[in-house]
Amino acid sequence: MAGGSKNVAEMHPGEVGIVAGFTDEYLSLKLMEMGCLPGSAIRFNFTAPLGDPVCISVSGYELSLRLEEAAAIRILN
Amino acid sequence: MANPSLKKIALLGNPNSGKSSLFNHLTGLNQKIGNFPGVTVEKKTGHCALPDGNNAEIIDLPGIYSIYPRSLDEQIVAEVLLDHHSPATPDRIVVIVDGTNLKRGFLLLTQIIDLGLPTILALNMMDLAAKAGISYDFNSLSRELGVPVVPINARNGVGLEELKRQMAQPLDSPSKQIFSIWKETEAAVKQIRTKLSVDNNYEAYQFLEQPNTLKFLSEENRQAVSRIRTDFSFFPGKFQGAETIQRYGFIQDLLNTITLKASDNSWKKYSTRLDKILLHKVWGYLIFFVLLILIFQSVFAWATVPMDLIDGAFANISTYLSSVLPEGALSSLIAEGLIPGIGGIMMFIPQIAILFAFISILEESGYMARVVFLMDKIMRKFGLNGKSVVPLMSGVACAIPAIMATRTIDNWKERTITILVTPLMSCSARLPVFTILIALIVPDQKAFGFFSLQGLVLMGLYLLGFVAAILSAWLMNLLIKVKERSYLIMELPTYRIPKWSNVGFTILEKTKAFVIEAGKIIMAISVILWVLASYGPGDSLTNASETIIQSPENLTLSKQELDDKIAAYKLEHSYAGIIGKAIEPVIKPLGYDWKIGIALITSFAAREVFVGTMATIYSIGSVADEDSTTIKERMRAEINVDTGGKRFTPAVGFSLLVFYTFAMQCMSTIAVVYRETKGWKWPMIQLVYMTLLAYVSAFIVFQLLS
Repeated sequence: MAGGSKNVAEMHPGEVGIVAGFTDEYLSLKLMEMGCLPGSAIRFNFTAPLGDPVCISVSGYELSLRLEEAAAIRILN
Repeated sequence: MANPSLKKIALLGNPNSGKSSLFNHLTGLNQKIGNFPGVTVEKKTGHCALPDGNNAEIIDLPGIYSIYPRSLDEQIVAEVLLDHHSPATPDRIVVIVDGTNLKRGFLLLTQIIDLGLPTILALNMMDLAAKAGISYDFNSLSRELGVPVVPINARNGVGLEELKRQMAQPLDSPSKQIFSIWKETEAAVKQIRTKLSVDNNYEAYQFLEQPNTLKFLSEENRQAVSRIRTDFSFFPGKFQGAETIQRYGFIQDLLNTITLKASDNSWKKYSTRLDKILLHKVWGYLIFFVLLILIFQSVFAWATVPMDLIDGAFANISTYLSSVLPEGALSSLIAEGLIPGIGGIMMFIPQIAILFAFISILEESGYMARVVFLMDKIMRKFGLNGKSVVPLMSGVACAIPAIMATRTIDNWKERTITILVTPLMSCSARLPVFTILIALIVPDQKAFGFFSLQGLVLMGLYLLGFVAAILSAWLMNLLIKVKERSYLIMELPTYRIPKWSNVGFTILEKTKAFVIEAGKIIMAISVILWVLASYGPGDSLTNASETIIQSPENLTLSKQELDDKIAAYKLEHSYAGIIGKAIEPVIKPLGYDWKIGIALITSFAAREVFVGTMATIYSIGSVADEDSTTIKERMRAEINVDTGGKRFTPAVGFSLLVFYTFAMQCMSTIAVVYRETKGWKWPMIQLVYMTLLAYVSAFIVFQLLS
């Protein structure tokens, strides 16, 4: 997807991105409360050994979420 | 009891912000655990002496990230914070924020400030912040927020004197309004304020936003709120995202002003390195597995020493009392009903203490979040949570502490399913039953030359229990419908050395909760079972000795054999015996007779009682403990009157084994499930489900094998 939007579930360990928006309204409310806001920087740290959940760094701490939840976060890159 | 001059101070903060350390420090051993009225959420309160000589009541509220509730815990907190006119309304809120990460903690703080309750900000973990090279301007922080700011270290108590001083001082509601309600909602908010005499804009706004949290309002007022909501076409949740963004905007500006020096994250490097090992695809699981074995081993093996001591002590008290007390119903009730009942409760304390020592260490160190991270994908498929692994594994030792350990699971549905299936894991109380039945029906031979056949069957039973637990979880995941959406979104906290006094407090709290709450029910059921086994209709029991002694066939028996015969006769003619005979038609399809029926009834107290009852009913009671071959021989020799063959055929034996693998048969578990789910609904569903599962499976096994 050239120039298209990418989501957090598609990121690789070590990759950094900026949150662009969300594709799930319900999850977005929770994610924003946890400091994952549009415009904030995200670092994709690692996935769990079974590939799901994943761990990201956002707002100065480490947050784990399931792949389907990570897929709801769109990023600019 | 209510003391109007007693200041009520609520502690509020994110999970992992060090709230429980602060609570333990402030209240010490003066803690009380109750419930918020009408709900299953635990309420911890305690007392703290303030420097002005007064006492304050400290309330530990569940850890939350925002006042917009998503779980029952969060709803309770929201209710406490929104209800400004109840006797339970806190006079003061201490918001605890992790000093190494102000940003996320400040979201909740700004919401509280806007609600207009007198607020003190406690910045915790300032030692870590200092180590991380972070430095803040506290004076300007306090000025910008309009609340007192106290830096503390809840682990060692630094700064707590200053915090207590602030608690004692008079404090007004915060003057700042950080988030101004939206223009579109002003008219509606104004109406709420006049109609319900709410004295704060944001509180009135929350009335509109939170239709489910207003249980403290009168029916009339609730309808008024809902009318205003309709009149102004206000949708709860519509503006929530925008509010969060605006608050974080304010917080970012504030942090830019007050941060003298920011962290470079290098202080987390040990934690990051540790995660590389503990979350490694090989080492991660291996370490977790070794840890589980260690927990299992200690609950299973280490606990037996103190358990045997407690068991022995109560048995001695019981024997002593029956020898010194005058013979009679009351003495018998005390010596054979009450004392063993109390002993049966006390017996579980070592297991509970050991398991909660481990769980508390896992939680305190930050490893528990990693357990979820490792196991979430597998457990989710069965409707369980990553944290369900610990209760399930502990269930192999004993279901009582295991079920209490499900408190760590936040999601209601996942927690309920874990509670429901944990008793299917084969616990240590099943072992005596398994051992004697296996010895009876499985030949002592080696399979493939070196595996003990008996050992293989035993292992198979453990496996059967595990498979049943997992499949039942899967089934209940399909059956239990909830609106609550399952999601993870969980902080992976930085690793920390556990604070040992917190571990101690947890052990104390869990033990107390079990002894008091579950103990009452266990006590009641023990007494009922004692009555059933010691009394019978008419005078059939009082005449037991004469009947046996006068019977000509018994003339040649020794004193011991005669006593055993009398005990067997008494049990047979007691209410338990009568019920055992009454249920014979029901259990006949499983291959059981009324003698096994009696054992099923008496072993409801605890599974291992099965062996004792078998011993009594085959009139070898008093020697069974010393010589277990006697009871085995006696059971082996027992004849089935219908077939003329052996009573304990392999079909009957396996049917019983399967029955005991699945059946609830443990009043303590029922009591603890009642306590943990705060009602009789789930323990009853569980009892019916497990009994049916046991019955049907035992029926199939017996019919197939015979």
